[in-house]
Amino acid sequence: MTSEVGKSNEEGVDGGRRHFLLVATTVTGIAGAAMTAVPFLASWKPSARAQALGAPVEQDISKLEQGAMVKVNWRGQAIFIVHRSPEMMKQLENPALDGRLRDPKSEQSDQPKYAQNELRSLKPDYLVLVGVCTHLGCAPLGRFQPGDAELGADWPGGFYCPCHGSKFDLAGRVFKDVPAPTNLKVPPYRFVTDGVVQIGVDAEVA
Amino acid sequence: MSATMQEKGRLAQLVDWIDARFPMTRFMKEHASEYYAPKNFNFWYYFGSLALVVLVLQIVTGIFLTMNYKPSAADAFASVEYIMRDVEWGWLIRYMHSTGASAFFIVVYLHMFRGLMYGSYKNPRELVWIFGMLIYLCLMAEAFFGYLLPWGNMSYWGAQVIVSLFGAIPGIGESLVEWIRGDYYISDITLNRFFALHVIALPLALVFLVIAHIFALHEVGSNNPDGVEIKKLKGPDGHPVDGIPFHPYYTVKDLVGFIVFAMLFALVLFFAPEMGGYFLEHANFDPANALQTPEHIAPVWYFTPFYAILRAVPNKLMGVVLMGAAVILFVFLPWLDRSKVKSVRYRGWLFRGFLGAFAVSFIALGYLGLKPATPEYTLAARFFAVVYFAFFLLMPWYTRIDQTKPVPERVTFHAH
Repeated sequence: MTSEVGKSNEEGVDGGRRHFLLVATTVTGIAGAAMTAVPFLASWKPSARAQALGAPVEQDISKLEQGAMVKVNWRGQAIFIVHRSPEMMKQLENPALDGRLRDPKSEQSDQPKYAQNELRSLKPDYLVLVGVCTHLGCAPLGRFQPGDAELGADWPGGFYCPCHGSKFDLAGRVFKDVPAPTNLKVPPYRFVTDGVVQIGVDAEVA
Repeated sequence: MSATMQEKGRLAQLVDWIDARFPMTRFMKEHASEYYAPKNFNFWYYFGSLALVVLVLQIVTGIFLTMNYKPSAADAFASVEYIMRDVEWGWLIRYMHSTGASAFFIVVYLHMFRGLMYGSYKNPRELVWIFGMLIYLCLMAEAFFGYLLPWGNMSYWGAQVIVSLFGAIPGIGESLVEWIRGDYYISDITLNRFFALHVIALPLALVFLVIAHIFALHEVGSNNPDGVEIKKLKGPDGHPVDGIPFHPYYTVKDLVGFIVFAMLFALVLFFAPEMGGYFLEHANFDPANALQTPEHIAPVWYFTPFYAILRAVPNKLMGVVLMGAAVILFVFLPWLDRSKVKSVRYRGWLFRGFLGAFAVSFIALGYLGLKPATPEYTLAARFFAVVYFAFFLLMPWYTRIDQTKPVPERVTFHAH
């Protein structure tokens, strides 16, 4: 009864069927492994709690003085809100400024439609920016004084990133010859009333 | 049968019993007492075994640190201070771990430089070298993830900068960064997963790769300062005439190296564990603060050569690409080097010049990466980055035309 066993392992083997089964099981196995990987990889995405904590925040800006800045924490990022003074506006209106900027019209940069203008804002007086350098995520510092001792006599006032020396103007637009590639981001925001700004919700623009 | 059984002692019987079930003796012979290593190893050959010692030190101290450390944004910083102040000998274990991290990189950089000098990456040791480079990549990841755990402000912003590097990838960058962090910023979630990677995933990968590194090495045999293949000349016993058993000859030699290393390590550990802010950065004694960047962000010293290259490039994507290339190019050395000669001893002045310039530029970039990015420093970093890349990219050219000296048949060795 066992005499036939081991005589030849290849005898009676259907090569075509064996090949088909090998390919079919391999493909099925890989597909199964890939599908099994999905839950593990997806578990790294922001959780429901993280998303809930990333909800919109409101800030009262009615008492923000001209030339002053307030920082709001939204999704762990500093949101800069600057009440631009007439002197600051004058610096931004200087026609020579655009030539020193990498993206003066904000064509390569990230902002909502309603902030894609020269002043990068919904209301000219109020600048709202994500205070995260577009280079590597450091927090830029407000250096609003024109001709700052460290930044040179031609400094028009703006933001300076201490990590790698990126510079931005008073509309968050990046200067040429610095590591940051684009202008500072503008978060989605809207004015709930004249004195209250809400970060995280887009304004409805007529 | 029974006569031979009686002649053997109880211990030998136990060894036989095990060997019939597990290749213990065979393993010891293959990798120690009958692994023939060239007899002309010099000072530079200490660093491989020292790297292994530091790996064990990091694993053991790391296990004990996890017993008191809490991987959450609310508790992490305080739990490290708790280890430092309240846990018996906690300060010692923690300083051993933090000093060990820097020691690991010192030892590994010297180990890698030895490979460059003596052509240890060349045929037939390409896989030894590639496994070594994978170890180095894992080590960098391990160090990076570990650096977030104390949840100091430099931890926080260092992680912020490095994770943002992935944002430079066109198209998927921003969502990839969000996926790595698991949040919209470096948060409790990020800390928790970095902890998991630091204490389980990467140590496992490291240990596996170290085993592969040593197995590959023992398959082809060790290189030596002369770059002579000792396996080419074997004695009547079938062993290389210029080889000596790793155990006891090199285990004893490495023990001396370990004692000297332990003395230097203890000096740092007890008298300068922060090493003036280079091993433990001062800004890290402030807790993480998402709204306050330290005035001057610099990674720990072992990353600064690559960081200097990143900063030297005025374009984000190109900076990231070049920084990555600066690390990855090492992998291709076996194929970039066209010289017939392995060791620097028999190479010409062209290779020696380029190797020297590379070593200087690596150290100079390391220094510049610690400094603020002023225009002068940036210019210097650009210069040294060009030298750094020239070493690799011009290698096929200068190693081919270099005037090499004849390599001797046997290793040069002077008995003491």
